[in-house]
Amino acid sequence: MWLGSGLLLPAPALSGHGTGAGQSALREATPRQSDGKGEHEMRLYAAVAVNGFRRYATYRVATAAGVFTNTVFGFIIAYTFIALWSERPHLGGYDQAQALTFVWVSQALLAACALLGGGFQEELQERIRSGDIAVDLYRPVDLQSWWLASELGRAAFQLLGRGVVPLAVGALAFDLALPADPLTWLAFLLAVFLGIVVGFGVRYLVALCSFWLLDGAGVTLIAGLATTFFSGVLLPLNAFPGGFGEFVRTLPWAAMLQVPVDVLLGRAAGTGLLTALAFQAGWAVALLAAGRALQALATSKAVVQGG
Amino acid sequence: MVRDTMRGGERTAHDSGPAALGGERVAYDGDPARFIELDGVEKVFDVRRKAGLLRREKHQVRAVDGISFTVPRGQMVGYIGPNGAGKSTTIKMLTGILVPSGGRLRVAGIDPSRERTRLARRIGVVFGQRTTLWWDLPLRDSYCLVHRMYKIPDARYRENLERCVELLDLGDLLDVPVRQLSLGQRMRGDIAAALLHDPEVLYLDEPTIGLDVVSKAKVRDFLRDVNADLGMTVLLTTHDLTDIEQLCERVMVIDHGRLVYDGGLSGLHAVGESERTLVVDLERELPPIDDVPGARTVRVEGPRQWLAFAATASAAPLVAAVAERYPLVDLSVREPDIEAVIAKMYAERSAER
Repeated sequence: MWLGSGLLLPAPALSGHGTGAGQSALREATPRQSDGKGEHEMRLYAAVAVNGFRRYATYRVATAAGVFTNTVFGFIIAYTFIALWSERPHLGGYDQAQALTFVWVSQALLAACALLGGGFQEELQERIRSGDIAVDLYRPVDLQSWWLASELGRAAFQLLGRGVVPLAVGALAFDLALPADPLTWLAFLLAVFLGIVVGFGVRYLVALCSFWLLDGAGVTLIAGLATTFFSGVLLPLNAFPGGFGEFVRTLPWAAMLQVPVDVLLGRAAGTGLLTALAFQAGWAVALLAAGRALQALATSKAVVQGG
Repeated sequence: MVRDTMRGGERTAHDSGPAALGGERVAYDGDPARFIELDGVEKVFDVRRKAGLLRREKHQVRAVDGISFTVPRGQMVGYIGPNGAGKSTTIKMLTGILVPSGGRLRVAGIDPSRERTRLARRIGVVFGQRTTLWWDLPLRDSYCLVHRMYKIPDARYRENLERCVELLDLGDLLDVPVRQLSLGQRMRGDIAAALLHDPEVLYLDEPTIGLDVVSKAKVRDFLRDVNADLGMTVLLTTHDLTDIEQLCERVMVIDHGRLVYDGGLSGLHAVGESERTLVVDLERELPPIDDVPGARTVRVEGPRQWLAFAATASAAPLVAAVAERYPLVDLSVREPDIEAVIAKMYAERSAER
């Protein structure tokens, strides 16, 4: 029944299926030798991702409400930006169409990239707080990969379920600077995927703090504010002035929204595109490695709560 | 704030060794009588308590204070104790998610905290109060994931699922989202999820908590079958002593982190100095019987009287003595209440401290 979802899933889950198929072909070529632990794991995590996707797909009313909210906010912020760009044309190097594209793309990515909260972080924190994390630890799987897979599945659903309609409405109601080249769209999807992984990396670190803090509300608040501000969802990071702007654009949050939008707007093309994607990938790798280190520390030192 | 005082050491968060590869298990070739082995296992937590405005004092809490026991393969053991006795801490160490502060611990020859992931393929864990199922998805989806997670061969998976579905009566529930299941249904679903990969050891943490009588009976029947048919080693913690009475040949009582009893259920009565009760119906109302040696009257209600006597003593001489001296119409003997025995045991232990 869900074979179809494999086709619908964007980059994350597709890459999972793809690698699995590729490896099984390889395995046939070299019989029985490297019986794929990798292949098996990819299939497992692909299954976790599909479950993550389906979990969110179950709640149709919530999705519809989310789409409605994103669309309404899209209009509100669009008119705010029109006012701002009429006053200050070419603010941050964007013309008005580009600024409006930024607005609608950020509304489309809001849920998928969990820019204003949401996603796995609170769930993981709650599991650590209540001790349900013990159930996860009893499984013969890697905790980080498990949650990453489940998060990619969720993001894939929310990209489709919460992203497509607001962007389409925005494109109909306003004059947006959307590219015609399908390759640009492909690069955009790749940048979104990397942005989601970077977002996961940051939030995984935040969530693991619960092993020591017991209550994650404080760090969640700080991390939430940081994401709102530094991702550019409030105002494009291009519009930040001088040295501060330079600095902000090197932080991991820039990889979550600013970079994907710039890729879509074609502002990062050619080697610029490679630099942009490498910037994201670099942060993704660094954050995942940090998460892995913190996870090793957490599971060996900290205590699983509750009886 | 609670923190592990143990130097965590080289605990791996995920397996990388070749032994972890895939489902091929290295069979346990050790002594089957020492399938689970604990030797002087301790777990000490540092607890900081407020002592003044900013000052915090460090206290050490010995959650598990030197426990030693072995469980042979295929045995079903009850592990009981009051809240906070150290039951869950022991289970967490046995499954490798807590590192012991001292002592030696082996399950199927594996040191759990060092090789948690490798061990995880060989054990099943069921929590009465937590679930391993995907809350928002149909039961079937969780099982498919278990299939992948434990690399269960397809035929084996189908066979196990069929058996669980039949015995646990899950047929109509497979396509129902877990959040819509009743507690009893969810519990049965969780037990099935823990058994699909043919674990060698099954840990059950209060598997019947909150269940109604019918559901409890179903769960117990199933566990009895699993233990008998598959020879699975089962460690069961519970507060419901009927679970123990109906399932376990052996019971361990833990209190304040120490093992206070280890043996058969019948032996528990002797240790707990439990009493049986002789209920006698006399011809008419009489003053409390007080001249029968070895018994004392605990209750009088009209012509009926309750006489308590040591559970280890025979009822025959007592009955003879009563019949000889009083106009006896009818009688019955009531077996001691295991709960009372345990309660007495807990209370005595607390008083000693």
